[in-house]
Amino acid sequence: MILVVLENQRGKIHSFSKEAITAGQKFAKQFNTTLNILCLGENADSLKEEASAFSCDSIIIAKHNLIDTYTSDGFAKSLSDIIFDKKPKFTIMGHTYMARDFLPRVSVKQDIPFIGDLTSVDFKGEKIIFSKQVFNAKFLTNIEMDSSVESAILSFQSAAFSSGNIEIGSPKEIEIFDLVLKDSDVRITSEEAFKETSSDVDLSSANFIVTVGRGIENEENIPMMERFVNTVGAELGSSRPVVDMGILPKSRLVGSSGHTVSPDLYLAVGLSGAIQHVVAMKGSKKIMGINTDRDAPIFEIADYAVIGDLFEIIPEITKKMSNS
Amino acid sequence: MKIAVLTKAIPKVKSLKIDSSETWIDDSDVQYVMNEHDTYALEEAILTKEKLNNNSEVIAITMGPRNRSNQIMQEALAKGADSGIIIENDNKITDPLAFAKIFAEQIKDQKFDLIMCGLASYDLGSGQTSVLIGELLGMTTATFAIGTEIGENYIKVKKELESGYSQWIKMSLPASISIQSGLNNPRYTSIKNVMNAKNKKVIIKKVEQEVVTMQGFTKFFVPQNEKQTEFIEGNVDVISDKIISIFKEDLKLIK
Repeated sequence: MILVVLENQRGKIHSFSKEAITAGQKFAKQFNTTLNILCLGENADSLKEEASAFSCDSIIIAKHNLIDTYTSDGFAKSLSDIIFDKKPKFTIMGHTYMARDFLPRVSVKQDIPFIGDLTSVDFKGEKIIFSKQVFNAKFLTNIEMDSSVESAILSFQSAAFSSGNIEIGSPKEIEIFDLVLKDSDVRITSEEAFKETSSDVDLSSANFIVTVGRGIENEENIPMMERFVNTVGAELGSSRPVVDMGILPKSRLVGSSGHTVSPDLYLAVGLSGAIQHVVAMKGSKKIMGINTDRDAPIFEIADYAVIGDLFEIIPEITKKMSNS
Repeated sequence: MKIAVLTKAIPKVKSLKIDSSETWIDDSDVQYVMNEHDTYALEEAILTKEKLNNNSEVIAITMGPRNRSNQIMQEALAKGADSGIIIENDNKITDPLAFAKIFAEQIKDQKFDLIMCGLASYDLGSGQTSVLIGELLGMTTATFAIGTEIGENYIKVKKELESGYSQWIKMSLPASISIQSGLNNPRYTSIKNVMNAKNKKVIIKKVEQEVVTMQGFTKFFVPQNEKQTEFIEGNVDVISDKIISIFKEDLKLIK
């Protein structure tokens, strides 16, 4: 069997989980086996309602008062027990913060591999070839499992599978799984999640975004960028390293922990294109990069690759456009 | 309190090439540095020790080939780690669980109260090590820490969630925590501290157990371009004219 684990995101199925269902449907066909969708812990019932629209063999509901709120130890114990009982060939999740937080624990508990952050899978006869990015997205690597592996956990990077390809249908059955948890299984308590920044910056509705990366070097170069965005009528965005260095506020962050954007033009200036950044902007209609490094990963998804020094090009455009 | 910082020597990312085996980078002429996320973990560990202001110690631990491990160990000691452990290992282990099992086996006798390490390494980037080791050693675990507050028998961790959300959690010790970048300002060190570091104790351990892997890297390749990319090159005058023309004519972003 194939087991897809849904993640609750403020009462709804996480978008990565829908992609995981698409993946699960494909795996179930490939291995001629059943697809089972797991609604685990918090909001399991509303996840089940939403998941009932998709083609699968069963929906498994696993609830317990100790996992009404997510904790890494509570979820790891629960999923581990379910995998032990059901023996799925593959357990699949989207590669979310939550997946990264607790799936490694399940991997240890069941002594099975967690093959994470995958960008694709290729079925070659008996062989299954996964791939993921390494060296900060410079390269991809194929990953293979040892032939003795009978069960593995997978997490797929956003857009490895499209939720648009999800097969509509309904579950053949609904199953309740009885979790047995003790108080001592959960040693973590969580407070309510909150939003850090009062969002004075609305990047999601901007049609032209200019984002600066590490290449900006220091905050003394920000006025140059501000003159540029004012002249061309764009919003200024920031990459993670620039926020970390305190050069721009987190409210301008484009990335998995900040804004997800899809403007008409996304101009990435002095920015390499790490995966955490790319997942949040690759939906942009056109992408332009300015970088001195011809091999910068950002160019792999760019429509326009400008090879040059941002400190020459940016002021020159500002000057020419101010004069015209 | 006994605090471990796990750190890793990683290649500087610029101008890397794939080696002839096609399963690793050509590291014959590569410079190694401390993994950037680990510099924040080291700083957070030192700040935690300073807050506790008692008999706490920070022990830096790294696993890898001797030379590069020595180099980053000296950096960790110069910045404020009290002592170090180098787990010598020349095998390229690309199975996160196999790697973590070796690591956990080598440090389990130390009975750490707290383990901190970077969220992920820039080379393999599995981001699993701190959680795997935590589970193997029976600890609580948390990832994406953007703030920590140490208590008597617990630690509070502010976790980064997706889409701009954060959350505080409270976890019992011992705990293993992966640290997100930007939560502190890693300190610089002085020549004096660099010299002092040479006198600090470093234990060298060797991996003797058999490495059993269940997954591994089989072939590196350069990502294929997903799009028809137009390259724009030349002098700054040519480039800027071309970009302005794209803004105005092609995309009609500016009138």
